[in-house]
Parts: sequence; C-alpha cells; structure tokens
Amino acid sequence: MGKPRQIKDFLKKMSLDTATIRRIASLARIRLDESEVQQAQAEINGILGWIEQLQEVETEGVEPMAGGSPVAQARARLRPDVVTDGGQADAILANAPDRQGEYFGVPKVVE
Amino acid sequence: MSYTIEGRTGPWELVIGLEIHAQVISQAKLFSGAATAFGAEPNSQVSFIDAGFPGMLPVINQECVAQAVRTGLGLNAQVNLWSRFDRKNYFYADLPQGYQISQFAHPIIGEGAVEITLGDGTTKTIGITRLHLEQDAGKSLHDQHATKSFIDLNRSGVALMEIVSEPDMRSPEEAGAYLTKIRQILRYLGTCDGNMDEGSMRADVNVSVRKAGEGFRTRCEVKNVNSIRFVMQAVEAEARRQIEVWESGEEVFQETRLFDTARGVTRSMRSKEDAHDYRYFPEPDLPPLVLDSDWVAALKAALPELPDARRARYTAMGLTAYDAHVLTLEKETAVFFETVAKGRDAKLAANWVTGDFFAALNRLKRDVSDPPVTAENLGALLDLISDKTLSGSLAKQVFEAMLETGKAPGEIVEERGLKQVTDTGAIEAVVAQVMAANADKVAEYRSGKEKLFGFFVGQTMKAMQGKGNPALVNEVVKTALAG
Repeated sequence: MGKPRQIKDFLKKMSLDTATIRRIASLARIRLDESEVQQAQAEINGILGWIEQLQEVETEGVEPMAGGSPVAQARARLRPDVVTDGGQADAILANAPDRQGEYFGVPKVVE
Repeated sequence: MSYTIEGRTGPWELVIGLEIHAQVISQAKLFSGAATAFGAEPNSQVSFIDAGFPGMLPVINQECVAQAVRTGLGLNAQVNLWSRFDRKNYFYADLPQGYQISQFAHPIIGEGAVEITLGDGTTKTIGITRLHLEQDAGKSLHDQHATKSFIDLNRSGVALMEIVSEPDMRSPEEAGAYLTKIRQILRYLGTCDGNMDEGSMRADVNVSVRKAGEGFRTRCEVKNVNSIRFVMQAVEAEARRQIEVWESGEEVFQETRLFDTARGVTRSMRSKEDAHDYRYFPEPDLPPLVLDSDWVAALKAALPELPDARRARYTAMGLTAYDAHVLTLEKETAVFFETVAKGRDAKLAANWVTGDFFAALNRLKRDVSDPPVTAENLGALLDLISDKTLSGSLAKQVFEAMLETGKAPGEIVEERGLKQVTDTGAIEAVVAQVMAANADKVAEYRSGKEKLFGFFVGQTMKAMQGKGNPALVNEVVKTALAG
C-alpha cells in the first residue's frame, strides 16, 4: 500500500486552518466575515474528510477514468474548423456594468 | 568561446529558457465557433463561450488540435495520444471566465529538440520541454480613457500554443536564434503566422546568471516580449541587473518582470505574489483529448518540407552554406528562389537572388512576397545570360530596366537593342577603328607597355555601348594588338 497511504497521510495533515480558509476566499474573490470563516472551515474540512474516506478504495494499477465505464471512456468530441458564431456585440455587451461604445469599460489596469 | 558578462567579481554565465506563445492559424476559436481574424470591429467576434456566460460548454476545434500536432512533429517532439485540459484560475479584466483553459499536467506535445545556427556558423541543439494548447485572453486598451481601460474580447478564446524550451540557451544571440528558428518552423508549417508586431507571437524570457561550474541560481521571468531584438535586449538587461544584485551581496528572488523597451531595463510587475497561485484542476467541462495514431500518421505524411531539410537540399544542389541559409530563412524566399532556379543553373540563380534581387528589395523597401521583379522574369533573364544573349554587365542593365518597368527581359532587350554582339567580324571592325584612332598607344603597347591592354578593351566596349561579348572582345583585341 504505497501511494494511497501517502495520500491519506497528506490529507490528514490537510485539515485547513482559518488562515488558509481566508486565503482561499481571497483568491476566489469571496468576502467572508468571521462567522462565515468558521462555517466554511467546517464545511471544507468535512469535504476533505469525505475524500479521505474515498482514498481507502484500492485503486492501485487502475487507470484514471474521465467518466462512464472503463471500456467506454469519454473522449473529447472534436468540431470542424468553421465560423458559426459571433457578430453579436450588442448581446455580448448587454450585461456590461459599464459599456463604453463597443467595449467593456473597467477600472484602469496598467502594469 | 562561451559568452559571459564581466562583473566586478569576474565573469558570469547566462542561463536562458523561453516560453513562446504562438497564436494558432485557424478559422474559428479553440472552443467556440467565433472567428479569429485580426483587426475586426471590437467584440464582433465573440461567442457567449468566449465572454464567459454561464451555462456554455466548450467544444474543441479539430483543426487547432491538428495544428498543435503538426507543430510538435516539426519540433521533432513526442505527440501524446492522450492529453487533458486543466483550469488555470486567476482574475484579470481581460479574462471573463475567471480561468483559462490550458494544459498543465498532460500536454498534447512532450519533449523535442531544434537545432539553431549561430553567427559563426556553429550549431547547437536546444531542447523543447513541451507544447500545450490553451486559450488566449482578451485585449485591454489603456489609451482610450483617462480612468478606464477598455476591453475587447475578440482575441478571447483564440487558440494558443505555448512552446516551452529547456534552459539551454547561454547568450542573447542564442535566445534570438532560437526564437527565429521556432518562428521559421511555425511559418513553414503554416501553424502560426509569427507576426510579433500584431501580437500573434510573444515570448516570456526566463533568465538567471551563475559563475562557471555552478548549478542554476534563482531565475526571473520577463513577460510578453514582442520582438526578437527585444528578447535579446531583455536577456542582457535582466542578466546585468541580476549580476548587480548578487555582487552587491543581495539575493535575486524569483519574480515576474517587464521589459521597458524605451529605457532598455526590466522592472518588477506590481502584481501580488498570490497571482501565481493558479489552483489548477482538471477541466470538468472537457473529457480527455484522445488522438488516433492513424490520424497523427496522416498529418505527419502531409507535413511540408521543413527549413533544415530544405537547406540540406540546397547545399546538395551546390549552393554555399551561407546562400542555403539565407534562402531558407523565409518560406516565401525559398519558393521564389526555386521558381527562378527551376531547370536552370542553381548557383547562378542563388547569386542573382541573394545579390541583385535582395539589394533591390532593400533599396525599394519591398518584400519577397511583393517582389518588384517576378521570379519567372528573373528566370528568363538567367536564360538570356546562359545562352550568351546578355553579358553579365548587360544583364545588370536589363535587370535595372525590369525593376523600373516591370517588363519581361526579352522585351527590354528587343526594345533597347541591348543584345550582346557575338559576331567576331563586327567586333574586329570596331577594334580596328579604336587602334587607328590611338596609333601612338598601339606603338607603346607593342614596345612593351602591356598594361595598355585594358585601355583597348575599354575603348572597344565603350564604342560598342557595352554590348560586346567580353570574352570575344578580349580575344579580338589581343589578336589585333599582336598584329
């Protein structure tokens, strides 16, 4: 039991502290107040615990699957290189909070 | 002799790796049916997928996959029949989805190698780490408004190939030669147009410095450099900055920088450090990309001839290594040369194309794809040289007239009566006149002043308005003077 054991140990260590929760929220641009941080921490650690449980399934030597049965693995459908879309700037811009002519206006971002 | 930069503490070596972003040539985008053409009205080539609207599903464009495979084959690289897309998460105004669909863990193309040729004629192999497919972002315009940036999503979702090199380059010249080589291969393959000033090819340059015999030190990434010259300048500027940092007793820390082309220095990007926490995970909207080996084999069989093969063929035709190199740099030049050389003396064709023709392009500021003389007409001119209708100097006159008028050489020769005189009798008559008019010089020549020979040839040619066959004129003058 090489690999699964390692992952299991890793996940045990991965019980997330509140600083990590705040960082994840900030990366996702989600603002959490103190009670929400506690709640999110409990939920995410619950999910990690559940994944830890899944790790107990023996998958040594089994190819990762993308879905469906092992014999009929899904593969990406390819479409022909044909222009079938576009020419709808008004529809694209319809929900823009700050439409500027034919552009989206955003606060100035310059490096 | 390896390249080094001299610091206060002695010489420093450079270690350089490049990430090249090359826009794929295709009609439609990587995951949507919107068009890819450059320069369209803002936001007119955008699908709901490209704009990140909820509920939209990406579907892969087969031609973009084919282009990536062709490029991989052209880079002598491994084609992975099983690859997968991943989500790279970050927020930026030109990225409406909030993530870029890319390939992180399982790229479509694995390791490869290209050979670069340096100025002194030596060659070097540069390793390719990988090539993967990903979406391009939209475009920001910063000069339209005092306090706002404007976003155009036409470029959002266009397919990009990111080509990552090994850290194998050791000088600005090698970095420039590598980028040039990759661009040349992409253009030959027709997988990217390589137009760096339109942004369809850009490079991120990784640079570190070290003392001889050391392992790698910390590197910095100079982002979005948009010309070969700037890549070479950015490498040197960044290396000099790092040397300064190390030599002042400080430490280089890994960061992303920008090259200020006006001042010729790199500067730190203001982005926060967590900009690099991309939280990649497998793209849930796309099953794995699985290729049939037969399909890959068919793409391989249909690949056009690549620059290295073409160059080898030219040297086998008797061209110098230099001519073969120059003529294969651009595919258009090679095609032009081959039209000129077809059924003719390849060396003569190469001399004319790299000589008078290139000089004319330079002088008239024209491009080989829009030549002032067609390849067919230049070929016809070579025929007139080969069949001795024209001497070398007459041919140059005709060539100039072709540049001015665009007419075929035969027509110009006919109109201007430039046909070379190969009639010995006619030449003899002129030589006799020249000798009669210069009896004193004839006497001098005959009494031993043999360097006057050139004078008689010159006078004869002048009298014939340059139309005498040079070899015949020489011969006749010699015989006549010998008396």
